[in-house]
Amino acid sequence: VTTPRRRPPAEPPTVERRSPVAAATGESPTVDRRSPAQALRRRIGIDVGGTNTDAVLLDGATVVHAVKTPTTADVTTGITAALRLLREGTPDGPVHAVMIGTTHFTNAVVQRRDLTRVAAVRIGLPASASLPPFVDWPEDLAALVRGDVIMLEGGHEYDGRPIVPFDERGMREAARRIRAAGLTSIGIASVFSPLNAACEERAAAILREEHPEAAVTLSHQLGRIGLLERENATLLNAALADLARRTTRAFAEAIRASGLSAPLYLTQNDGTVMLASVAAAFPVYSFASGPTNSMRGAAFLSGLADAIVIDVGGTTTDIGSLRHGFPREANNVVEVGGVRTLFRMPDLLSLGLGGGSLVSADGAAVGPRSVGYRLVNDGRVFGGATLTATDVAVAAGLADLGDRSRVAGLPADVVKRALARMHAMVEEGVDRMKTDAREEPLVAVGGGCFLVPERVPGVSEVVHVRHQAVANAVGAAIAQVSGEVDQIFQNLSRAEAITAAQRLAEARAVEAGADAAGLQVVDVEDLPLAYLPGNSLRVRVRVVGEIR
Amino acid sequence: MASLHPVSAEEIESLAIGAWILGTGGGGSPYLALLNMRALYRGGARVSLMDAADLADDDLVAVVSNMGAPLVGQERLTDPRTIATAVTMMEEYLGRRFRGIMSLEIGGGNAIQPFMAAALLDRPVIDGDCMGRAFPEAQMTSFAIHDLPMYPLTLVDVRDNAVVVARAASWKWMERLSRTACVAVGSIAATCKAPRTGKEIKACAILGSTTKAIRIGRTVQAARRGHRDPVEALVEAERGRRLFTGKIGDVARRATEGFLRGTATLDGLGDFRGRRFELAFQNEFAVGWLDGVPRVTTPDLICVMDSVSGDAIGTETLRYGQRVSVVALPAPPILLTPKGLEHVGPRAFGYDLEFASVFA
Repeated sequence: VTTPRRRPPAEPPTVERRSPVAAATGESPTVDRRSPAQALRRRIGIDVGGTNTDAVLLDGATVVHAVKTPTTADVTTGITAALRLLREGTPDGPVHAVMIGTTHFTNAVVQRRDLTRVAAVRIGLPASASLPPFVDWPEDLAALVRGDVIMLEGGHEYDGRPIVPFDERGMREAARRIRAAGLTSIGIASVFSPLNAACEERAAAILREEHPEAAVTLSHQLGRIGLLERENATLLNAALADLARRTTRAFAEAIRASGLSAPLYLTQNDGTVMLASVAAAFPVYSFASGPTNSMRGAAFLSGLADAIVIDVGGTTTDIGSLRHGFPREANNVVEVGGVRTLFRMPDLLSLGLGGGSLVSADGAAVGPRSVGYRLVNDGRVFGGATLTATDVAVAAGLADLGDRSRVAGLPADVVKRALARMHAMVEEGVDRMKTDAREEPLVAVGGGCFLVPERVPGVSEVVHVRHQAVANAVGAAIAQVSGEVDQIFQNLSRAEAITAAQRLAEARAVEAGADAAGLQVVDVEDLPLAYLPGNSLRVRVRVVGEIR
Repeated sequence: MASLHPVSAEEIESLAIGAWILGTGGGGSPYLALLNMRALYRGGARVSLMDAADLADDDLVAVVSNMGAPLVGQERLTDPRTIATAVTMMEEYLGRRFRGIMSLEIGGGNAIQPFMAAALLDRPVIDGDCMGRAFPEAQMTSFAIHDLPMYPLTLVDVRDNAVVVARAASWKWMERLSRTACVAVGSIAATCKAPRTGKEIKACAILGSTTKAIRIGRTVQAARRGHRDPVEALVEAERGRRLFTGKIGDVARRATEGFLRGTATLDGLGDFRGRRFELAFQNEFAVGWLDGVPRVTTPDLICVMDSVSGDAIGTETLRYGQRVSVVALPAPPILLTPKGLEHVGPRAFGYDLEFASVFA
């Protein structure tokens, strides 16, 4: 739903480089599936997709059982049903953790529903005055979310000096006004708060005094430098506050109703998890976690940490690249529901190819139109009249689905042409996502992965895995806990700055529930800054660890 | 009588795309300036473009730019009032009124700064600049090549801080003095450079570059709409050369003396499969080597574009795995003179290479 859009024209100079340091942090070339911490744990992973709710039970590195049920309108009924099926198929035993991956919050933004009206507080005047909060939002979404806009004096310089003193009196008046207007969700963004959060913290303290029942999102908690994008993420988060509280509560109830007492986690877009209580406060972190889970699941099921992953669904195929067991992230500014944000999303190429893709009578054209979930009614092998990619695969003997005799009359040249077209689409897509001249393995997952040819140029081998149809739920089940830092360091050597950032990131990971032992650095990026004095270096470090 | 061309909201959008391409990797993203122009136009403002030929010899023109670290701009944003104040402050200092406002550099966000000032001050924007692209240093302008004076200069921040540099002994001194003031106010400031007469503009500016940036943006937009290759469309329309198409491999950066320097390596795709291109940059792209042999050097414009969308890619946003095309566009003739090459040729950037134009 949130394919990162490629549009850098309007992109502020964001980012950094993938530093070789990341590769030098002692990571093994493959995912260790037998780490003792995981072996101790029985975990349930659940993926709530638009069509299906998948659930898996993992015992250490073993997939004990996997189930698929239809997603229900209220979501929780589907989860309860999936859990019931899962428990029926497995021996009794303790469950140590339940991880849910959901597109619920992304969809709310994209579909403009269940959003809370928000008060936006910007601290930074006299800077930034001409571009107020919501300035680059699509008008329909802004109209739904914009409750009030308050701009106050304050904020900091890049070196930590205040721009001007924070207008505390103005904040107090604003808090009273927000309360009087009946607004209960507030997003606060202060200039350079990732370097100095004092203004945002002070504003939150004043709000607690004047408007104690309000839910407050502070922009520095969401990270990155880039005021508009960080503020946009803050306001989206505030707009999802009520939905997040309701949804995480419903998830927790569904888990309890299934007789489970294990802690509940939600998956994030970086392939790690947060406790449900944290997710209730930071729903935006779950954006795009679906494709991430799928790729992480593929890494786990194949045991490969560096590979191309192709996930063939009913309508589309997503191709991404795994580096050190995590998806490579998109380069560009990511839009969610038309709002520019600074989230890191997996770099995915989406093709209009899936098991339900329509095939022209002569076989020359495949997709992008698809029968989607109606495949089991409309596809020829299932008794329907529509020629689909699945029918071609069955006719070619690549898949054993439905009634093969129903495609026996399909001319051989049509089958050949359609297969050639599909294979060409896959080959071109894989080539576009490859960033290394060396051959790499290709892991094929998803219900339509029989459409992937056995030989692809530039690919060392096509890897098929068991449980490929529930790779996303597996990805949720294996998720770890992370900590991240993105900050400017001055007058430190590059090595010192990276070490300082790593310590901060590790502390954050432990705070988020990671086991301090065995924390791993998965990403280091550094960017020297032009036109700033004192050897300024922007460093971003992300570490992950097992759930404590 | 001067004929003024009213600039439409669509042309401002095209300008932002074209200016980012002419930024040759630097100049800062025009996005925030574009957002300001959208807001000003929504509020009823309209800016006109004026042909330099219509200036009287004794008219006075303001040359403006935003100065500082792009990263600070991402937090403090940019405000039309600041750049307008730099202009009015210069008018107060000189005791004269400017006929129009011109950009220092057409590459990047500074292409739009004169429009922001013009919208507030109700003056036309002069169609031109003094770089024809983006460059990292103050003396890399057609005015410096013509030995015009580099002072006075006004520098303004968002608070009530303002500085006039009344005199400077050289371009280097002007850079040093203004840079020091800029750092003191938080490494971002609006500046009005040395004022120019109509005569100087007509003789020494790079004329028509605003129209050119708009035209380039429109070419890319039209190609996208027609599902044609925007890179090819640009090359055809501007008589450029496609030098390479590939994927970005390694990127190495370091900040020295306040500049972002570094290199990027590209591995070939399509017609360039098996070949390798290396780019060196100092804020902007300066030199490109094809399979180890110098292929293009400054002042030829070295533009790196997203191979699919045709969007420009800045040196700060280069990232591993991006699929890009390297395009050369012709440089303004003044930069190709022996004097021009002293200021902006490869040796001015520390590369011991003879300049040999891709278009020679």
